[in-house]
Amino acid sequence: MSNATFLGGFKVLDGKKLTKNKPITSLKPLGELVFPLSQYNGGVANALVSKGDAVLVGQIIGESSDDYKTNIISSVSGKVKAIETRLSPTGGKIESIVIENDDKYETIENYGIKEDYKGLTKERIIEKIRNAGIIGLGGAGFPSHIKLQYEKANEIKYIIINALESDMFVTSDSSSTESYSDKVIEGAKILLHLFENAKVIIAIGTNMPNAIKLIEEKLIEEDRVEIKTLRPNYPIGEERQMIYAVTKRKLPLSTLPIKAGYIVNNVSTIIAIFDAVALGIPLIERVVTVTGDAIKEPANFRVRIGTSHAEIIEAAGGFVTEPKKVISGGLMSGKALYSLELPVTGLTNAIVAFVSDEDSYSAMPCIRCGKCIEVCPSKIMPVELAMLAEREDSKAFIKLNGLECIECGYCTFICPSKRKLLQSIKYGKVICKNKNKK
Amino acid sequence: MSDMYNVSYAPHITSNYSTRNIMQDVAIALIPASLFGIYNFGLRALMILMISVLTCVMTEYLFLKFSKKPITKSDYSEVVTGMLIALNLSANSPLWLPVIGGVFAIWVVKMLYGGIGQNFMNPAMAARCFLLISFPTRMANYAIESIGANTNLINKMYYGAISVDSISGATPLAGLKAGESIKLFDMFIGNINGTIGETSALAILIGASYLIYRKIITLRIPLSYLVSFAVFIAVFGSKGMDLNFIFAHILGGGLLLAAFFMATDYSTSPITPNGKVIYGILLGILSGVFRVYGASPEGTSYVIIIGNMLVPFIEKISLPKPFGKEKIKDVE
Repeated sequence: MSNATFLGGFKVLDGKKLTKNKPITSLKPLGELVFPLSQYNGGVANALVSKGDAVLVGQIIGESSDDYKTNIISSVSGKVKAIETRLSPTGGKIESIVIENDDKYETIENYGIKEDYKGLTKERIIEKIRNAGIIGLGGAGFPSHIKLQYEKANEIKYIIINALESDMFVTSDSSSTESYSDKVIEGAKILLHLFENAKVIIAIGTNMPNAIKLIEEKLIEEDRVEIKTLRPNYPIGEERQMIYAVTKRKLPLSTLPIKAGYIVNNVSTIIAIFDAVALGIPLIERVVTVTGDAIKEPANFRVRIGTSHAEIIEAAGGFVTEPKKVISGGLMSGKALYSLELPVTGLTNAIVAFVSDEDSYSAMPCIRCGKCIEVCPSKIMPVELAMLAEREDSKAFIKLNGLECIECGYCTFICPSKRKLLQSIKYGKVICKNKNKK
Repeated sequence: MSDMYNVSYAPHITSNYSTRNIMQDVAIALIPASLFGIYNFGLRALMILMISVLTCVMTEYLFLKFSKKPITKSDYSEVVTGMLIALNLSANSPLWLPVIGGVFAIWVVKMLYGGIGQNFMNPAMAARCFLLISFPTRMANYAIESIGANTNLINKMYYGAISVDSISGATPLAGLKAGESIKLFDMFIGNINGTIGETSALAILIGASYLIYRKIITLRIPLSYLVSFAVFIAVFGSKGMDLNFIFAHILGGGLLLAAFFMATDYSTSPITPNGKVIYGILLGILSGVFRVYGASPEGTSYVIIIGNMLVPFIEKISLPKPFGKEKIKDVE
């Protein structure tokens, strides 16, 4: 079996050792849970409950106001304490529903009703996925029901399940894959049911030998599901890099993978889809890795969505010493937090806390080593683009393909002069966008 | 508010590379060649090395002081420049030669153009060219004082191994031009005359392997340089596919030192991956032209400087093609 990967990129320090072999333990939330009314870029939601209402586990409490109509689901039973602005992991303060947990976990009526997906129509499966409020749990947060209701369903050739976790310190996907390998395969079959001409490829990292073994054993009788081991070089999780690594086909940024016949889904999303369709359980929980040298007992937790970061850290034994930096997500792509009073959303895959701040270097002059160009998965020139962005030269920025940047941050990572290349390139993208508007 | 944590934009971690440890690695990689130079040419080689490095460090310090720039911790790049200048001098050079070379390299070529990363000419190579033009006889003085085999250890160390073995005073390339026979093995080990750092191919290759192992340089420039040079010599070198002749040219005249240490200088070589290959091929061909048709057999320094000046153009024609995009679109 070849261990292919995408172009460029180095193997980075991973830090997964801390939580790699830790089992997933369930965590009961205390007190209040917070549900921001915006869970992914752009999709602002309307609250369907008001202050004082009683809510149940699995109840739809919000619906996005865009065409996607994505649901926000309550993960506990209790009372709506307030609808007010709260800090959100997406940055800034966002209108959120605050629910006081009554610790009874009373569920809605048709919660947890098992059904055989084979007897369901495609429309019904997609409706169930929509009702369950499932979004892409890998990080993009794109609503799954929109992705799966693609009208030319029989043109889909490959469904790639991304079970690679290339970001440092995060083990939530890999431990989920190991613990719920049955659900991964059954979830894959649900997708095969939706897309009759497709083949599922489970892309899994070479750093997950246990999960590989488990899945390989179960795949012996399947002919439409394949496993492919890949080196988990960051940022392989990005859709087009993933498609290239698995099928050796290169897609430009302007082509939607789905239009070319590819669907890429994160492994946690697949598990959530299985839960929703076969078990009747909506997206109310997700696995979160709590780790870093400031955490007493690093662990993988299965937490109710809406639980605060502070509570999860407390459950992991709290801090060894007061951290300098806390990151929601992995080291390469996560967001640094200034406060822990933040809820876990569907996109929170890890909480990493460090005693020291690794990022406190000041930028030095560029020495033109070209390492950023060598590692760039998009094969563009980060150093030149950063320079053009700082000069606000949008024309040259577009000409040098600045808009092809996938914002993986590898250039900033590798730069020996510690220049903030990605930050400058993002600024350049904003300038181009604003120029277009005029 | 004391309970706030540091924030920053992702990525929250950076690699272990820093300008300082990259330059440190380059300096380490130059140590085998330096040590062999000292072994071969005696303590005088060590003196030239030390004077050259010291001059470069002092010049950078004084420049920053006079131009009222903040004086930060050295990034070792000027140490590398100093070592390279010394390695490209004959051990017979007068001791003021590396001083002039070092001041010119750092003050004029590097700092006046904006310091590290901004200079468009390789400082060490520009200094060597400057010295070659200004002091041609001093630079070409490779005479060796023969002390004979029956000498004591102190003398051996002082004069170096080369004075004990009665090696011809001429550099192998000068000999090659004059039609002398070629001793490839001696050229590989370094039992030959030449500048302090260029004689031992083995020592240079050890240093180069270290750089490649540490991922400081890639093989793009050195390999395309050496291959295109070998092809050029084979085609135009008047001796055809004479492997002895081709290897003698590769091993002689500082070509290996140039290919691995000077041509790969970050500031003055293209940053695009394909550009590096084009640059290497260009240098190889130019070196061939200088060797076969030129008057100065050790013209490598000129070749590097000419190559340096073409870097912006090479970069322009070698822009990388972005992932999944066949052609670079022109956006109006």
